[in-house]
Amino acid sequence: MSKPVKQHLIDPEICIRCHACVDACAKEAISFNDDNVVVDAAICDHDLSCIGPCPTGAIDNWMVVNMPFSLEDQLGWFELPEQPDLAAEGASGADIPDAIAALLAEAHQGAGGAAKAPASAATPAINLFGPSEPIKATVQGNFRLTEKTADADVRHLILDLGTANFPVLEGQTIGIIPPGTDDKGRAHQPRLYSISSPRDGERPDTNNLSLTIKREGQGICSNYMCDLERGDEVALTGPFGASFLIADDPKARLIMVCTGTGSAPFRAFTMHRQRALPDINGSMKLFFGARTPQSLPYFGPLGKVPQEFLEKHFAFSRVKDQPKTYVQDRLRADAATIAPMLSDANTYIYVCGLKAMETGVEAAFQDIARGVGLNWLDIRDTMRESGRYHVETY
Amino acid sequence: MLDLINVSYDTQIPNNVGLSSDRRILKALEKWHPGYINWWKGSGPDGFLEDLVYLRTAVSVDPKGWAKFDYVKMPEYRWGILLAPQVEDRRIPCGEHLGEPAWQEVPGEYRSLMRRLVVIQGDTEPASVEQQRFLGKTAPSLYDLRNLFQVNVEEGRHLWAMVYILQKYFGKDGREEADELLLRQSGSAEKPRMLGAFNEETPDWLSFFMFTYFTDRDGKMQLEALAQSGFDPLSRTCRFMLTEEAHHMFVGETGVGRTIQRTCEAMNAAGITDPTDIDKIRALGVIDLPTIQKKLNLHYTLSLDLFGSEVSTNAANAFNSGIKGRYQETKIDDDHRLKDATYPVSEYVNGKILLREVPALTAINMRLRDDYSKDALGGVKRWNALIKKNGVAFEMKLPHGGFHRQIGAFKDAPITPEGDVISADDWAARRDEWLPSTADGDFIQSLMVTVLEPGEYAGWIAPPRVGIDNKPGDFEYVQIHQA
Repeated sequence: MSKPVKQHLIDPEICIRCHACVDACAKEAISFNDDNVVVDAAICDHDLSCIGPCPTGAIDNWMVVNMPFSLEDQLGWFELPEQPDLAAEGASGADIPDAIAALLAEAHQGAGGAAKAPASAATPAINLFGPSEPIKATVQGNFRLTEKTADADVRHLILDLGTANFPVLEGQTIGIIPPGTDDKGRAHQPRLYSISSPRDGERPDTNNLSLTIKREGQGICSNYMCDLERGDEVALTGPFGASFLIADDPKARLIMVCTGTGSAPFRAFTMHRQRALPDINGSMKLFFGARTPQSLPYFGPLGKVPQEFLEKHFAFSRVKDQPKTYVQDRLRADAATIAPMLSDANTYIYVCGLKAMETGVEAAFQDIARGVGLNWLDIRDTMRESGRYHVETY
Repeated sequence: MLDLINVSYDTQIPNNVGLSSDRRILKALEKWHPGYINWWKGSGPDGFLEDLVYLRTAVSVDPKGWAKFDYVKMPEYRWGILLAPQVEDRRIPCGEHLGEPAWQEVPGEYRSLMRRLVVIQGDTEPASVEQQRFLGKTAPSLYDLRNLFQVNVEEGRHLWAMVYILQKYFGKDGREEADELLLRQSGSAEKPRMLGAFNEETPDWLSFFMFTYFTDRDGKMQLEALAQSGFDPLSRTCRFMLTEEAHHMFVGETGVGRTIQRTCEAMNAAGITDPTDIDKIRALGVIDLPTIQKKLNLHYTLSLDLFGSEVSTNAANAFNSGIKGRYQETKIDDDHRLKDATYPVSEYVNGKILLREVPALTAINMRLRDDYSKDALGGVKRWNALIKKNGVAFEMKLPHGGFHRQIGAFKDAPITPEGDVISADDWAARRDEWLPSTADGDFIQSLMVTVLEPGEYAGWIAPPRVGIDNKPGDFEYVQIHQA
């Protein structure tokens, strides 16, 4: 069986045959007849230079297939075919490397079923650079986010992508394979990290991205990353993740629940909304847990985001002389405003952090739902099916 | 080094032609600029000058940079001079200078012919903005309002593109022509625009969609032909204009398509199966398909007139001198000089339609028009696929090339859309079967209500399948200024 590949396709129902893409593609992968404009899967290298010039958006279609559709197939289409069911065809995990697919599947388990992207999310580019052809990024900065006195060493790393085309969306992850081999002489397993910057970079229109990484005792990858210095080169793979994405709909109301470095995607979400929809207040809630304020990543910068724009609820579990508080406690405390949101089709819930937080957060949502006579599991499944419930835990 | 890809903002006029080191032309353009802004405010979109419109602006001329979206007030739109990158060692693709290096300056002997072509092209750009001046008042949605304004600002930019060529390469004459472009007015009795179709009204949104589909497509074909010019700066400026023109085709094709879609949906919901049951269909508040066909007939034939006479010595001269090529000249497999080739041209002789082989060199206009018809047919096929998908028994058709013509061999010939020759009296009596009547126009006008709520659409048109820049359905494409 051939390995599944991601194929770039043009939607014949939306395309107006202006041929702007034909001219934009330096690889000459796009051709046409009287009826359709088509992409040659054997030539297309996903460099995305055709995406901008398309006036209709017809160009931005991707499908994972075992056998690419031929030019002849495509030239005869009146509409795009259905995405083939790869599992039924005996394939596994698209063209995403198995190890990474497994990591993602595990991270998304807590949602209680296969996750779907929000309907209004932008279309993500996925796996443009696999482990055999990673892209080189340069470390632009490596800053400690937690105070020296805190027990945790969490870092904010900024990676400059130079002139490379590595488009990302908020909520996506990238993969790092640390250099060297393990004690059996095998290459290290990849590690996934959530991107903590918005799609257009740390500052608007800079071709860089940031990561939020906590140094783990013996962790090979986290120590490698946390020790990087400005100017060092690092190999990236990805981007990965097609469901844990921000809803672009201005009406979307986001409930974001995180602990520790699980805050990375929510930093990206918040910055994206600050840039794209700066005037929309009251549509984002953040529930953020850490041991102490000193060990909560981005505690300082978060303080500068107006409460009207981002409603912040901090939970600290190790503050001297104060009761231990967890995110689920903060959720329950806010039940009065969360409860009505559960039955609102514009509500999106995102949970990101340690696996251990799942049970507590689930229980809190169950209590809140029960309080207004609703069944959380039903709500959760409905939300997930419509791309509005997302869990990424590790 | 001069950066010829990225747009430079070091002068008031964004450009990728190194204006800051070309004082003479910069001065000329800066002098022209206030007149342009006055023209925009007086003849461009009526109202909406204070509103924030989600528009696309090019920040570079390579594919990655020419579609950056952001909110901008229209009078503050950065109209600039953008030329496609120079192709190294480009050669003249046709005519007697075939294979010679492309000209970077205008050859003296072709000066007046070339100036005339640039002026005609330039004249159409502001004309369409003038024709569409009042459409904002009846926009069926914020999405459509944005699309209208995008078309308008880009037509404005195309005027800049032609004015740059005139001022840079045609000296004092060019500067005078550039000023004249702001003085002629669409539909004016004293000083009309140069071409007929550009003095017609665009009274309603269906007309606008038909105009952008059919008439802007003539613009596309003319730009395609000029993009083949041996005069390299003209070729480069037209090549970049074509990337913008694609959006205008898109607005037309999807606008008509969405109108058809809505009509079919309403018919199906009401259980009407006969598409010619016009009164019943109109009572649903949608435009019946036969009336859409009449609008198509009108705009298609007005646009055919823009190609000029089928057989033309001027066109032959322009081709032979290498000033203007054919559509996709470099991809055609022939001698590119048309020494002995012939081309079939239809004629109207003694009440009969005849096909005659003429020297291909003189039939350049006819060939471009044929390429145009073929291009225009594509969208019609897709509209028909839409009608079929909705289960309605109706088919849109392009009328015969001899129907309703005011220029060329078929001027005033009494020919039906099917291509049958009938008597002039019969034709006049049946005119309203084929072309929109006053009553048709009044009906369409009655549906033109303004809808400015994000995500809402007037009842006669379906929402688009995909938002601009992948935006969600209720995106606020125009933020209306609250005074």
